[in-house]
Amino acid sequence: MSDVNHKFKNVIASDLSVGDALPEFELPITAKLVVSTAMASQDFQDVHHDKDAAIAKGTPDIFMNILTTNGFVGRYLTDWAGPGSRIKKIQFNLGAPNYPGDTMIMSGEVTELSQDGEHHLAHVNFKGKNGMGNHVSGTAIVQLATVAG
Amino acid sequence: MSDSSAADILERIKPLMHKRVGPYNSWNPVSRTQIWQWCSAMGDHNPLYLDDQYRAEHSEFSRDKAVAPPAMMQMWSMRDVNGNDGPGSTTDNLFEILAALEEEGYEGIMAVSYDQTFHRYLEEGDRAHHYSTIINVSDLKTTGIGKGFFVTQLAEFMDQNDELFAEARITYFKYQVPKKPAGASKPSAPGKINRIHPVENHDHEHFWQGLRDGKLLIQKCDDCGELRHPPQPMCEHCQSLNWSTIESKGKGTVYTYTVMHYPEIPPFDYPNAIVLVDLEEGVRIVSQLIGTKPDDIKIGMPVEMKLTEVQEDMTLPLFHAAGPKIEEKP
Repeated sequence: MSDVNHKFKNVIASDLSVGDALPEFELPITAKLVVSTAMASQDFQDVHHDKDAAIAKGTPDIFMNILTTNGFVGRYLTDWAGPGSRIKKIQFNLGAPNYPGDTMIMSGEVTELSQDGEHHLAHVNFKGKNGMGNHVSGTAIVQLATVAG
Repeated sequence: MSDSSAADILERIKPLMHKRVGPYNSWNPVSRTQIWQWCSAMGDHNPLYLDDQYRAEHSEFSRDKAVAPPAMMQMWSMRDVNGNDGPGSTTDNLFEILAALEEEGYEGIMAVSYDQTFHRYLEEGDRAHHYSTIINVSDLKTTGIGKGFFVTQLAEFMDQNDELFAEARITYFKYQVPKKPAGASKPSAPGKINRIHPVENHDHEHFWQGLRDGKLLIQKCDDCGELRHPPQPMCEHCQSLNWSTIESKGKGTVYTYTVMHYPEIPPFDYPNAIVLVDLEEGVRIVSQLIGTKPDDIKIGMPVEMKLTEVQEDMTLPLFHAAGPKIEEKP
């Protein structure tokens, strides 16, 4: 495995209790991030890459698109649960936009542990908060890895 | 803008609901390049997606095929840069309902929620398309951004075998963009929302200056010796206007508390525990309890002050549970 993988560790059901906090993740929002993720998600709406067009539509700057928010929620869950986890459900509400210059801090908590056949599921509440409030908040169900490491 | 009532509008558009429209095809099969571009932009280094050796040794997936992050669901059948759907897509207008609402003056659109279920992860070579159905339109609602209707779309994401790999219920708010008054200012720069700075005047500036100097000061009547907090000009025991201050040790117990969960008003962290602390000196002070989970807060628990610069030029006497375990982070 390449070096970059070494930071990944699978979380298994016996590691977890209801109420456990997920590690916080801090994401600085930059114009480069907003534009590169909009392109990577095939979203060519001008408010995600053209500041003048964004201002003409009444917002102060370009802002992160929703597919990217979804991508970062997915990354946040698997950065925590590890590469052996599988995401089953993600539900979220959208709030304050992510503008360049701001920072989004993602946090989460295990709210329930359940089983689906042989699989252990972790139910998680999460939110991504920026300088203006919650950018995203919601719940997810993650199927946990069966082996640690 | 027509003068149709909300009831008229709903009566007109409801028959357009529950019409399944599609397929919307992808331009390209699931490709390693697009997965790499996504993971690279998002900083997602999960080895499941692009590390072939990891997949071969540690997963149910094949060594040879990159795996797509599930959140890429929607991007495979997105339009191209020119706004065209993939080859063979339907030309039916998915958004008849949205167009009808636009004719009535509800021109703004904002996605408000996503509810997604992932049935399987796509692999390199898979071919995605999707179908969409408007499954709900709310009554006319008034929100902070204007009046409008919440419209919920069911998107079914299918693979080359017409099997569902993911589905999403996406709710939009379709609203009347409020008219700006003439001479309305340009949108201001996005800014961090700060706590409102307290008023400081002759009667209580000593308290705020004390905090900036690293001290929690309590007023003491120079005539009868009674302590008082919050700051006020006159002693309520002897009506004297003469006072000085003593420095509190910042130790006390929780007299009572309340925990704010909703709505989450920036810039505070939630859940937000507000405590009324009985200081050892004999006065009570309202503050925020940090570092203790709401379920662990107990009336009577000993607490200690931690002077915290919550933002530039604002120091507050926050409290944390007294004892060996001290949570440093507010």
